Amino acid sequence: MTEMVYGSLPVRGGEPVLPKWWRTLDKWTMSAILMLFGIGILLGLAASPPLAEKNGFQPFHYVQKQAVFGTMALVAMLITSMMSPQLVRRLSVLGFVAVFIALLGLPFFGTDFGKGAMRWYSLGFASVQPSEFLKPVFVVVCAWLMAANEEINGPPGRLWSFMLMITVVLILALQPDFGQACLILFGWGVMYFVSGAPMVLIGGIILALFPAAQFAYSNSEHFARRIDGFLDRTVDPTTQIGYATNAIREGGLFGVGVGEGQVKWSLPDAHTDFIIAVAAEEYGVILVWAIIFLYALIVLRSFFRLMRERDPFTRLAGTGLAAIFGVQAFVNMGVAVRLLPSKGMTLPFVSYGGSSLIAGGIAVGMLLAFTRSRPQGQIEDILRGRTR
Amino acid sequence: MIRTPLRPLARILKARDTGENPDTIERENIRQRHEEMRDKSRARAEGRLLLMCVMFLGAFIVIGAQMTILANSEAQEPRASAAGARIVAQRADIVDRKGRILATNLETHSLYAQPHHMIDKERVARELAEIFPDLKEERLVKDFTGKRKFIWIKKKLSPEQKQAVHDIGDPGLLFGPREMRLYPNGTIAAHILGGASFGKEDVRAAEVIGVAGVEKYFDDVLRDPANGDKALTLSLDLTVQAAAERVLYGGMRLMNAKGATSVLLDVHTGEVISMVSLPDFDPNDRPRPPTEGNPSDSPLFNRAVQGLYELGSTFKIFTAAQAMDLGLANASTMINTAGPLQWGKFRIRDFRNYGAQLSLTKVIVKSSNIGTARLAQIIGAERQQDFLRDLGFFEPTSVELVEASGAKPLLPPRWSELSTMTVSYGHGLSASPLHLAAGYAAIANGGKRVVPTLLRRSTPQNGPRVMSESAAREARSMLRQVVTDGTASLGEVPGYAVGGKTGTADKPKERGGGYYDDKVIATFASMFPAHDPKYVLIVTLDEPVETSGPEPRRTAGWTAVPVAAEMIGRIAPLLGMRPDVEPGQLAGITLTAH
Repeated sequence: MTEMVYGSLPVRGGEPVLPKWWRTLDKWTMSAILMLFGIGILLGLAASPPLAEKNGFQPFHYVQKQAVFGTMALVAMLITSMMSPQLVRRLSVLGFVAVFIALLGLPFFGTDFGKGAMRWYSLGFASVQPSEFLKPVFVVVCAWLMAANEEINGPPGRLWSFMLMITVVLILALQPDFGQACLILFGWGVMYFVSGAPMVLIGGIILALFPAAQFAYSNSEHFARRIDGFLDRTVDPTTQIGYATNAIREGGLFGVGVGEGQVKWSLPDAHTDFIIAVAAEEYGVILVWAIIFLYALIVLRSFFRLMRERDPFTRLAGTGLAAIFGVQAFVNMGVAVRLLPSKGMTLPFVSYGGSSLIAGGIAVGMLLAFTRSRPQGQIEDILRGRTR
Repeated sequence: MIRTPLRPLARILKARDTGENPDTIERENIRQRHEEMRDKSRARAEGRLLLMCVMFLGAFIVIGAQMTILANSEAQEPRASAAGARIVAQRADIVDRKGRILATNLETHSLYAQPHHMIDKERVARELAEIFPDLKEERLVKDFTGKRKFIWIKKKLSPEQKQAVHDIGDPGLLFGPREMRLYPNGTIAAHILGGASFGKEDVRAAEVIGVAGVEKYFDDVLRDPANGDKALTLSLDLTVQAAAERVLYGGMRLMNAKGATSVLLDVHTGEVISMVSLPDFDPNDRPRPPTEGNPSDSPLFNRAVQGLYELGSTFKIFTAAQAMDLGLANASTMINTAGPLQWGKFRIRDFRNYGAQLSLTKVIVKSSNIGTARLAQIIGAERQQDFLRDLGFFEPTSVELVEASGAKPLLPPRWSELSTMTVSYGHGLSASPLHLAAGYAAIANGGKRVVPTLLRRSTPQNGPRVMSESAAREARSMLRQVVTDGTASLGEVPGYAVGGKTGTADKPKERGGGYYDDKVIATFASMFPAHDPKYVLIVTLDEPVETSGPEPRRTAGWTAVPVAAEMIGRIAPLLGMRPDVEPGQLAGITLTAH
């Protein structure tokens, strides 16, 4: 009774790990993630055979690879989600150091796969994109720094996290990988916002984004071409966007039918950046709505659970992870429907890609770890609300 | 905000007194403050997270909505079946003033081959060569068996040819819908319409673009989908144009001329009713521009607009009209015509010696160079230039043809007194027949500047006044007398009171160094009816020679004038003009009061 009233930690000495994990886990979010993974496999069956055929593999080569990587990702997710926030933090800081060094080594040891941007390490059997792994650990490190800032007599963690963010964004922009740089920037911005940024500063930052975009536009041809392509409202039917638009139109409400889609034959990125177009063509807008619903469910549920979280680190880290996860999905789908300029960004857990899948598994594992229900002194809140 | 101090002195001292550890008090206070801070930050974060939730939800809903809209929208891609229909409306028709079609579109097909789909390449090549005699079988076989995957065979097919190709029945032969420009009247008004050709083209459709004439001048308007099917209405009259072409062609042959041109202008509205240039071409099959020879001899050359000629004595009326307008002379003023007029090394002569002096009317009627030159000396170079500039002789005509802007009249480089004298009778200044028509229209309509146009107008132009009404009237009366008892006596058309002025100019040698003595430009500039002119007609023949007499005659009075008279006799009724027949000729009919 005393414990209940005063909300001190209900220690259950020796409670088994798995039952505790199952009891405190956000099972809705995890179901949504598993469903997304299933949809990814389903769409991979449709979208990847053309690529496999082109590269001389048997038709479902990439689906098998996706399944292998997906299993690894799910395992990573499960293990991560069983960790305590403190353990996640410690491992993430170590991981951040490792990934950061890997990022710095990219110009010397990386490969660009002929795509004009040094983003990958080739390991022979697979390629690794360090920036995918950077996102979750970066978010955790920044959340740690920002939370430290809130401690009495704590370090100026916000400033440090800001400098860290600038460094990382610059490194990514030099690759160039503006997509990931924007994600990092966005994730940091959301964490800073939730950690209590002054509203005036937020407005200032939004205003400062315009000259920054201007700078990127005038100094990077890569960036300028994509923006130009977006601003030109006439859809050239022979561009990726044109094919995607056509595919969505063809699909209509219920799709043209499984395996009947044509867009996967003409889109080089059908299995990654434009997989939503394949989904829309073969299964119709119904499936797209389902996918959107799953993403919204994950993001919104996480946010709602984090609202109750009293620990600033856990709250900020969870917020950052959920925001990056959600915005990545938003950008990917926004590009396909021409709401946003073309931006190479994968659809988390659905698009094909080893790195992004495993990194995504780790990220949602962390998210699940941070959104596990913990005693939060709700009774105290209730009591204080009554006295107020 | 009141904060509990971390180490409240009173409590610390009290604790010390009682022997408790004062640090616990501090620790407890720190813990409390920490809790408060977390509460506050959680409350703030709750609000901001809620905001994030709303934003994300909104973003996802927007994506979903956009996806739904897109999925339910109609495909905008041009498809093979719809392509033809889409392009029909793309280029508007061109019609004459009465709405008769001058240019329209016809749906045809192009023929292309995809050899890798062909079954029997040799047979296809053989049968195609049979259908199209201009295709060589060996060449086709070579094309089909080569590496190319796409070959244009014909840009346009007639329906019969299409059926014949269809009957070959090979899957490697394919048709693409084509919109082609059709000029149903053939060569009629060829120079005005110009022509069209394919611009960008692909298998499904091709863009039709104007290459010359009004087709090019109004290319944007004709292709503008916003104009819909609204046709472009020209000022031309198809029947008048056809009659003028026929008569001019006959006249050109009869007078052994190598080229001819005529311009018929409405003197009030400035509309070009007909404009002919011979030789001409068929805009349906527009010839390539000549690569050698003089471009002005090419059928593509529009003599009426692009041709710059010294128009000879037809200019004399401008000198006379200006002198009367300035009050320097009237119709009966006597002008010294004693010749030859010596000016430096240069001598001005008349065709015949007309004696010591002539009245101004007679100067025009007899076409005296000396008299006109003396009059021009009195007017002076400046005033002469001003007058000719007002009439439009210093600038290219603004008529709606792409070729017009390039035809800037050739002026004397230095306008000396000698230039003043020669320009007064039409030498030393080269202008197009259309320029001349505009100048004569100003005299005909009572002294107002006319800017020729090819677009249908219904109202008079009422341009700025360039000469007084009375001067214009006197000038018209002189022009009438030129026909009744002057150099243009063959120009009389019963009932239409033609007035006009002849002009015969020696052609300058192409390589410079003087003039030919057996090559002339013969021009007759006329208006009808002279007492109240409605139309101006210019007829110009290039190198005419009339050989019915004992010796070849080249002057305009023997060449251009009879052609013009024939033309007026044909086209005036078509224009709806009634001949003025004198009442005395109605013999045998008694008019009684009603």
